[in-house]
Amino acid sequence: MAANGSQKETLNSSVPDGPIAEKWTNHKNNSKLINPANKRKYSIIVVGSGLAGGAAAATLSELGYQVKCFCYQDSPRRAHSIAAQGGINAAKNYQNDGDSIYRLFYDTVKGGDFRSREANVHRLAEVSGNIIDQCVAQGVPFAREYGGLLDNRSFGGAQVSRTFYARGQTGQQLLIGAYQALSKEVAKGGVEMHSRTEMMDLVVVDGHAKGIIVRDMVTGEITRHAADTVVLATGGYGNVFFLSTNAMGCNVMAAYRAHKRGAYMANPCYTQIHPTCIPVSGDYQSKLTLMSESLRNDGRIWVPKSAEDAAAIRSGEKTAADIPEEDRDYYLERKYPSFGNLAPRDISSRSAKEVCDEGRGVASTGLGVFLDFRDAIERLGEDTIRARYGNLFQMYEKIQGSNPYKEPMMIYPAVHYTMGGLWVDYNLMSNLPGLHVLGEANFSDHGANRLGASALMQGLADGYFVIPATLPNYLANQEPGSVTTENEAFAEAEKAVTDRIDKLLSIQGERTVDSFHRELGLLVWDKCGMSRDKAGLEEALEKIPKIREEFWKNVRIPGTGEGLNAELEKAGRVADFLEFGELMCRDALNREESCGGHFREEYQFTEKDDAVISGYTNPGEAKRRDEEFSYVAAWEYTGDDSPPNLHKEELIFENVKQSVRSYK
Amino acid sequence: MNLTLKVWRQKHANDRGTIETYDAKSIPVEASFLEMLDIVNEQIVQGGGEPIHFDHDCREGICGMCSLTINGVPHSKEKGITTCQVHMRKFKDGDTIWIEPFRGKAFPVVRDLVVDRSAFDRIVSAGGYISVRTGSAEDANSLPIAKDRADSSFDAAACIGCGACVAACKNASAMLFVGAKAAHLNLLPQGQPEKDKRVLAMVRQMDSEGFGNCTNHYECEAVCPKQISADVISKLNRDYAVASTKEAFK
Amino acid sequence: MFFEDLDPISLQNRGVVLNESGMNLLCQALCRFWQSSIGKKLIVAVTGIVLVGFLIAHVSGNMLIFAGREAMNDYAYFLHHFLHGAGIWIFRVVLVVAFVLHIVATIALTKQNRSAKVESYQNEATNVASKSSRMMIWSGLTVLAFVVFHIFHFTVRVDPELAGMKEPSGRHDVWGMIILGFQKPLVVLFYFVGISLLCSHLSHGIASIFQTLGWRSRKSSEAINKLGLTLSVVVWLGFLSIPLAASVVGFGVDEIEMPVTDVADIADIAEDNR
Repeated sequence: MAANGSQKETLNSSVPDGPIAEKWTNHKNNSKLINPANKRKYSIIVVGSGLAGGAAAATLSELGYQVKCFCYQDSPRRAHSIAAQGGINAAKNYQNDGDSIYRLFYDTVKGGDFRSREANVHRLAEVSGNIIDQCVAQGVPFAREYGGLLDNRSFGGAQVSRTFYARGQTGQQLLIGAYQALSKEVAKGGVEMHSRTEMMDLVVVDGHAKGIIVRDMVTGEITRHAADTVVLATGGYGNVFFLSTNAMGCNVMAAYRAHKRGAYMANPCYTQIHPTCIPVSGDYQSKLTLMSESLRNDGRIWVPKSAEDAAAIRSGEKTAADIPEEDRDYYLERKYPSFGNLAPRDISSRSAKEVCDEGRGVASTGLGVFLDFRDAIERLGEDTIRARYGNLFQMYEKIQGSNPYKEPMMIYPAVHYTMGGLWVDYNLMSNLPGLHVLGEANFSDHGANRLGASALMQGLADGYFVIPATLPNYLANQEPGSVTTENEAFAEAEKAVTDRIDKLLSIQGERTVDSFHRELGLLVWDKCGMSRDKAGLEEALEKIPKIREEFWKNVRIPGTGEGLNAELEKAGRVADFLEFGELMCRDALNREESCGGHFREEYQFTEKDDAVISGYTNPGEAKRRDEEFSYVAAWEYTGDDSPPNLHKEELIFENVKQSVRSYK
Repeated sequence: MNLTLKVWRQKHANDRGTIETYDAKSIPVEASFLEMLDIVNEQIVQGGGEPIHFDHDCREGICGMCSLTINGVPHSKEKGITTCQVHMRKFKDGDTIWIEPFRGKAFPVVRDLVVDRSAFDRIVSAGGYISVRTGSAEDANSLPIAKDRADSSFDAAACIGCGACVAACKNASAMLFVGAKAAHLNLLPQGQPEKDKRVLAMVRQMDSEGFGNCTNHYECEAVCPKQISADVISKLNRDYAVASTKEAFK
Repeated sequence: MFFEDLDPISLQNRGVVLNESGMNLLCQALCRFWQSSIGKKLIVAVTGIVLVGFLIAHVSGNMLIFAGREAMNDYAYFLHHFLHGAGIWIFRVVLVVAFVLHIVATIALTKQNRSAKVESYQNEATNVASKSSRMMIWSGLTVLAFVVFHIFHFTVRVDPELAGMKEPSGRHDVWGMIILGFQKPLVVLFYFVGISLLCSHLSHGIASIFQTLGWRSRKSSEAINKLGLTLSVVVWLGFLSIPLAASVVGFGVDEIEMPVTDVADIADIAEDNR
């Protein structure tokens, strides 16, 4: 099956000219401005209230725009940014360890496996310091040293300590900072907050995004909202896999509706799998829980050498303690002797999958490996381990009911973050004029793989510093208030929304929404998860439409469209995942290379490659094909029955040389 | 395991509501409490009924969305966890479990176990912030803050706004929530300029939302999933006394 | 009802606006203070300190019973005559104001609390709250009834037999009155119940003063709880030691002098003793 339709012109990313370090300053100097008296005439819709959306809504209101902000949760404070544990990067160089804006830029581009846009990443690094200043001024209680100054820790993919943190709850504290700023603007009347409200469609008037159709989740009422521009900050699509570390409500509906209205979806195949999550224990499971990666500093990862021993552990005939040292396979230490258990996320996730595919997994489902602290406890004593990981061990025990001080933990990789998203230019505006996309919902800054502590940085950079500066470039050319909800495009979109709801409610089939979501999730996890190949992806592309077809014939949604109806909400989201999943597989099939979170089994280093012979990298490592695939794949929706069009944005690396990532 | 559930069902805000009994059959012991409800709901839907509505989102104890009481206790009797972190292995086969929404006049029931906690948002809007315009902040390290003070501020800032404190309080008082927000900001040097204004405004908003007041039972502290200490209430009282004295005489 | 008028919610519902320009700013601030939940609680705490202070003084003074008639009656005489007799009135006014404020504020707060929890749990559970803390309003109101009885009993002395007790010098015989007053089992029982509830009230109330005034912390909470408990036990033992000694042990019974005056003189004697 052909991976794509006809290929169109190269996308214009509007990256300003000049040396990379001056682009952002030049761009701001040359951007349009709107005078304060005129700002209040412009209205802006912000969908999503996490770090990106909350920060954007608050800041735009401070500037004087009229902002309407929407979120599906009961309060903007609950957006899933809250769950980020580790920290936020910033090139402050407070540790005097040689950090700089350039180094943060370089590490992020390299970490993204050379699939991100240089200019955006440099801008991200430039504003990173301002984020910390802003958050501290808001009262975010970052960790401090005894001298009263801010503390830093180091994180994966960097050789400097540039990560600011607030215990294991950095995301929560940053989100509360943004939420408080937003609340201040709500009180002042600058932001009209709509919680428990879900965006159901984007309204496009004369080719410009000018409004949205929403459903009040409490009353069921469908309403129209018009504005001079629409900002989407609706997060990632990790829940397409059904099981992920995302919140239950995270969904792709807003982004996908925008896609269907003309916005291009970029690189949907870039998904990040986190190696240390608590394994699935049964098919009732609703979500996966992440355990901090720091556990890998002292824990050793292993499975039995023989599949028989593994089977005995699974059935409960043997325990980890029954497997003698010589029968254990510490596979990361074996394959990556210098990095060992600290091998990068994508590498260690894939290795876990490999050993489980060989039948050596230890969890009852066969999908799990041991993370063993026996040796560390012997070496350092239980007290030291408790001081380092006590709260994590406690969390593990609560969920799993087994004591990690006595028995090894079991872990397995899980979907955690999605690097792909709606395509945006340097102004964070999509190809669809008037539609701006921030945070995880866009594709721009992390390339094919995101480094730890960079998601928070990007969300806040986009919301606090980038969009307030770039939005006037669009708005200045718009007549404020020129489009109202009376426009027939609103009537059309509203009808589409109510028709869809009516259709969903009228099916009254046999199966629950979750059963379809689970089926889709298992399929894409299997075929488009940690490793992908052509045959599997083609199989998925064949099966997904069938699941979708059955969904529209056989789903059962009780109740009505009026009032709170959780099944109806889920159904709308799953319906979009059923389309989006196909697009994701299509993109994965098209990208015939391995890079970052996208691993195609056909494209890996073998013993014959020079880089392996020279000892630079290992066989089995991801092999990029820069000549052919150094581009952003931006997909255009062309209709339910026709394949999407592929548009390419060539990635040009002027400041960082594309090289092979090596972890030996 | 098999359980009997006594669940509060209420179709909408104006419905009277009642306790209904459900059999939860063959629940895996490894399941979480909310997964148990998922299973029951799946059965209800397949049987042609309407599922039990409950709030939930992150299911890892940080978003603060899950909000029901288990046997009369918000987030269950287990210390320092949210409802989504409760696991079925803590129950015995054959147990009867009472599941009711968070109660309080300021938390009206929306449906079944879902309540409206927007009163908390309005309290934060009244003063639970530091007014700092984006872009106007000075360098983050220009104002050192003693580590133990920053830590105390963090302890209060750990609040997830779930409302268990209100639900557990026989007066439905929001003092722990308001105290935590006030302490988080009032303990920091950045929070000083607006300290008095903040305390007066938040307390007034709290009163007008219809929350009760604190009679020092410390039930809130006992059920708080983030184990926020009632010290924040003590501090709020003190800060309020100072602020209102200043308001009257200065 | 008085407290209903000052209830913040009912005030708002009636559209009372408190920031009219003509209104004295201090008055406005005080009104808002009274209207707020914490403001009323602070009043309860401060008046609580006054009342606890009074109780400690009262129980200490009462111990003079065991020092004999002379000591007790000297003490009573002093109380009625210091500052040329004005002292007791200043003292009584302060006490009455504190007592009334304490009651009015707590009743208003209780009403607010009741209305804040319209629906309770079908399956109610309590984690840490003590029994004493959960019945404050009831122990408080019972104590109120007890105090009223107590004032009529020993201060106003509605019982002519008690009112008429005099020393040979003509000075009122407080010592004898107390011993005699506790010869009725029902009276002793009521004192037992009243004082016990008072001390239950104190055991939560004293610790709560610290919390409400913002002087309690996690570190000091245990010490404060112990202080509250110890003080209330001491007060309980102190107060109850007298009726129990007089009725059960028979302390002083042999020495009660029978009244020497008749009923007609009661008013004059009462006047003398003020």
